[in-house]
Amino acid sequence: MATPATDANALIHARGLTKRFANLTAVDAIDFDVGRGEAFGFLGPNGAGKTSTMRMIGCVSSPSAGTLRVLGMDPDQNGPRIRARLGVVPQSDTLDVELHVDENLLTYARYFGIRRDVAKRRAEQLLDFVQLRDRARDEVEFLSGGMKRRLTIARALVNEPELLLLDEPTTGLDPQARHLVWDRLYRLKQQGVTIVLTTHYMDEAEQLCDRLVVMDKAKIVAFGSPRSLIDQYSTREVLELRFPIDSTPALDKLDGLADRIEVLPDRVLLYTDDGEAGAVAVHSRGLQPESSLVRRSTLEDVFLRLTGRSLIE
Amino acid sequence: MTGALRVLEHHLTVYRRTWKGSVFMSFVSPVLFLTAMGLGLGSLISRGPVRTVDGVSYVAFLAPGLLAATAMQSAYVETTYPIMARMQWLRTYDGMLATPIRVLDVLAGEFGWLAVRLALSSCAFFLVMVLFGTVHSGLGLLAIVVAVLTGLAFGAPIFATQRTDTSFALIGRLLITPLFLLGGVFFPIHQLPQLVQGIAWTTPLAHGVALARGLAVGAASPTAGIHLAVLLAYAAIGIVAAGITLQRRLVP
Repeated sequence: MATPATDANALIHARGLTKRFANLTAVDAIDFDVGRGEAFGFLGPNGAGKTSTMRMIGCVSSPSAGTLRVLGMDPDQNGPRIRARLGVVPQSDTLDVELHVDENLLTYARYFGIRRDVAKRRAEQLLDFVQLRDRARDEVEFLSGGMKRRLTIARALVNEPELLLLDEPTTGLDPQARHLVWDRLYRLKQQGVTIVLTTHYMDEAEQLCDRLVVMDKAKIVAFGSPRSLIDQYSTREVLELRFPIDSTPALDKLDGLADRIEVLPDRVLLYTDDGEAGAVAVHSRGLQPESSLVRRSTLEDVFLRLTGRSLIE
Repeated sequence: MTGALRVLEHHLTVYRRTWKGSVFMSFVSPVLFLTAMGLGLGSLISRGPVRTVDGVSYVAFLAPGLLAATAMQSAYVETTYPIMARMQWLRTYDGMLATPIRVLDVLAGEFGWLAVRLALSSCAFFLVMVLFGTVHSGLGLLAIVVAVLTGLAFGAPIFATQRTDTSFALIGRLLITPLFLLGGVFFPIHQLPQLVQGIAWTTPLAHGVALARGLAVGAASPTAGIHLAVLLAYAAIGIVAAGITLQRRLVP
């Protein structure tokens, strides 16, 4: 498991961080540190407290209790100073639909007090970076979802942030658009930008995050690198069996075939280090699954193990 | 306050794309009203037994009142759906607040922008008034300031009530339209029943109309100070309340 960053060089330091709303505890005393240059993820289902945590880090929501330091400062005291050095990609785009693509970047740069000529130069570079150069003079309204997302990312980079916060950067995008976003984020990571993102996609967390925490019901239920979490909470492989409707065999028939068995509404998951051998064993017991699939363990399996529920309901 | 200026700059950037239509409308509306009501209806009055209203021609009586009432209506339009859009539908404010911009900057920027918009449309209106010969005093120029204040006196409290868009139509029907018709714009308030007069004087419009009219026709009113105080109070308290609303909505 990756060693947690020490407090001294942590860009984000949280202890007992809590956010309460009227009758709901959205974030319940969580601890974490994010080090410089890291790509750090919050993985969890909707309502786990990821966005509330991100809003506190982004200094737009005050913690109800606990300690939070961002870039070494207290968000309650130094909100604007911290935000000047953050890039924020919110869950839903907040682009100016009344403005052109390039104007979106220019006006946003002005919020940071960036000089117009500098802003203009950066806008051009960023439009290149997110591959929207040829759409510079277009209305934002007519961009596809993936393009809007890329523009939002470009906008978040206009102040050359040290820390980039992305709340579900690819939710709702088609696979191609997602991969393009991932590729750009990967490049930023290579350039040394510290990235904090939330996601409910296991593959996103596995692709991008050096370290992540798994959140469920306002708490952190596990943390580590994607690989270490899989090693710790799952097996090397998973055998997925699908049986004809209403003929899922009694669990005892599968007894002993795997380290752990999960029965989902539509399929049965057998956690084992050798999926093929498991499949052979299933057949040798006279069971006839409609289909069987051997795959590598993912964070989805980790989440299932930790919470007993799948990540996306 | 540089943050507020940047919010203002954002609005200017957006306005650069729509200003032509908006400026055109700022002239069309007063020309239509002063022609139809002022000259059309006014000619009937001038042939009647009284000939003048409160000592001036009907169009001269009407114009300054309409100036203030138009500012009220513009402020109502500007502080309802567009604010809801920036706050909730388009989340423009959330975008701003992810930068060094603070809630206070958003507040100051919005009201600064509202004042600019009101000043622009009131200047257009004033020009039309001059063309219709209804400005009888150099002090009349100050009626523009009064119109802006009247707009803010309505816009700020309306901004503060932002919760759901269902209330907007209600505000329009139960407050703005009745005031437009009964707030002393088209005929003197003192012709109304005592009770309605009382109600009218609790709202900013009657004060804005009285003040603007006094300045335009050059008849200084002894109660000018009270009118001004009422407008300032509505605007100031409204802006503070709007700030609380914004704070609650944007950074819960």
